[in-house]
Amino acid sequence: MAEEKGKAMLSATDLRKSYGDFRALDGVSFTINEGEFVSIIGPNGAGKTTLINVLTGLVTPDTGNVVFRGTEITGIGPEKLSKMGMARSFQLVNIFPNFSVLEFLMVAVVSRLGKGTKFFSSLLRDRQITDGAMDVAQLFGLDSKKHVLTKNLPQGDKKMLDVASAFALHPEIILLDEPTSGVSTSDKNKIMETLVSASKKIGIKSILQVEHDMDLVFSYSDRVIALYQGKILADATPAAIELDEEVVCTVMGQKECFKIFSSLLRGERRG
Amino acid sequence: MAVGAYTAAFLTSRFSLPYMELILVAAVIASALLAALIGAICVRYTKIYFAMLTLAFGMLFYTFLLKFYYLTGGDEGMRVLRPYLLGADFSETPKMQFLVGSYYIYAFVILAILTFVMWKIVSSPFGLCLKAIRDNPEKAQYLGVSVKKYRWCAFVISAAYAAVGGALLAPAVGQVDPGLTYWTHSGTLVFMSLLGGFEHFLGPLIGGIVYILLQDTVMSLTSYWRFIFGAILTFVVIVAPGGIAGLIGSLAKRSVRGG
Repeated sequence: MAEEKGKAMLSATDLRKSYGDFRALDGVSFTINEGEFVSIIGPNGAGKTTLINVLTGLVTPDTGNVVFRGTEITGIGPEKLSKMGMARSFQLVNIFPNFSVLEFLMVAVVSRLGKGTKFFSSLLRDRQITDGAMDVAQLFGLDSKKHVLTKNLPQGDKKMLDVASAFALHPEIILLDEPTSGVSTSDKNKIMETLVSASKKIGIKSILQVEHDMDLVFSYSDRVIALYQGKILADATPAAIELDEEVVCTVMGQKECFKIFSSLLRGERRG
Repeated sequence: MAVGAYTAAFLTSRFSLPYMELILVAAVIASALLAALIGAICVRYTKIYFAMLTLAFGMLFYTFLLKFYYLTGGDEGMRVLRPYLLGADFSETPKMQFLVGSYYIYAFVILAILTFVMWKIVSSPFGLCLKAIRDNPEKAQYLGVSVKKYRWCAFVISAAYAAVGGALLAPAVGQVDPGLTYWTHSGTLVFMSLLGGFEHFLGPLIGGIVYILLQDTVMSLTSYWRFIFGAILTFVVIVAPGGIAGLIGSLAKRSVRGG
């Protein structure tokens, strides 16, 4: 996605959010540009999910604002945001349990096409809707399961479907909250490949993701933002972050820290 | 429903406009307009708050009908004259013959038409969005589905449907009174849906038919029919939360698997 970096897509200025005495966000500012794949990292409780919730309008910050493509969107709410071109997926699986895979994706397609107020037209005869849903299902390898009820899908597929439904909105920017959590390590790379190729095909310009798996973060992101106790600890390229001992050890804990630096010493990584 | 019934009463007794088709259209319009206003307030709330609020509006309407005596006849209600069906005058036909003959067929055709229209709505993109909201409103919002707007539309549509029911009921009874808006009446409708299975398309229809048949049977046997009905409702909620339609559905599935 690196070829068309440039204009500011989404910028946050001095976001603060407290829950009682707990400062989930303590003055967070950053900008995501067109064409960037940005990863947010940080230990549990660093404010990652709160940040995503604030950016997507689910949570209103105490202070600060969010600007998307030149428009102030702080607290505007998820419905309007999705129409403006921002979509998200969830850390915990968030699905319509009694829907088939195809129906699930059709909700997003209907919404994107603005056809929700068609009271009497037949849903299944509308090729624009069914084809749109099938296209996304294919991108995510869910086309063979299109008639399976989502509650009967394996955990990994549920997760993919949640992500796929966000892609089906054809947003300009997509915010992914731990897209690979709960998925086996061997499948994680496959998911990331799918995400990147799907966003190229759909034309999604920027991706912001929260991710725990450092190998994935370092190999796919253009930029990494490290959060710690509600503050930005570092905002730099993966290569720079990887070499920053303080960031790596604070964010990832001693174990990961040791793993990365020992592999660095053995020369297994670039850098 | 009461709006529909009172529309029928007004048009037949006050304005001498006994055309059933006109009554139906007027009832739908009146009810949809009222629901549009009330719905705009009610859809901001969900679950129990929504239920209590709609109940409150129902009771408000009840009191209005009861107290505005010169307009609505108060607790005596209003007479509903026999309407023309498709322009044909049935005033000479004996009451029973009219009700079990032409009027029954008329009502049945309307039921069939409305069932078809509802089926179209349910299988439309709008219907899909409504089901999405039922399953998971938060996720629906993130997919750009405006929860309030859709719930408002559903509110107005159901009011229009209830108005048709009321408008059809009124000439059959020949009399309307504020009891139609009393909360137990709404309760009966909820009971019918639960009994039939509100998650199934035909559930409420099945529930309505079974309820009426059951009521007739039980009432002719004992005066404690409410007691029996309470027991049935408890049984349905505990043993078959999907109602009759849900029960048939799961039995059918089981027999397919078994065979």
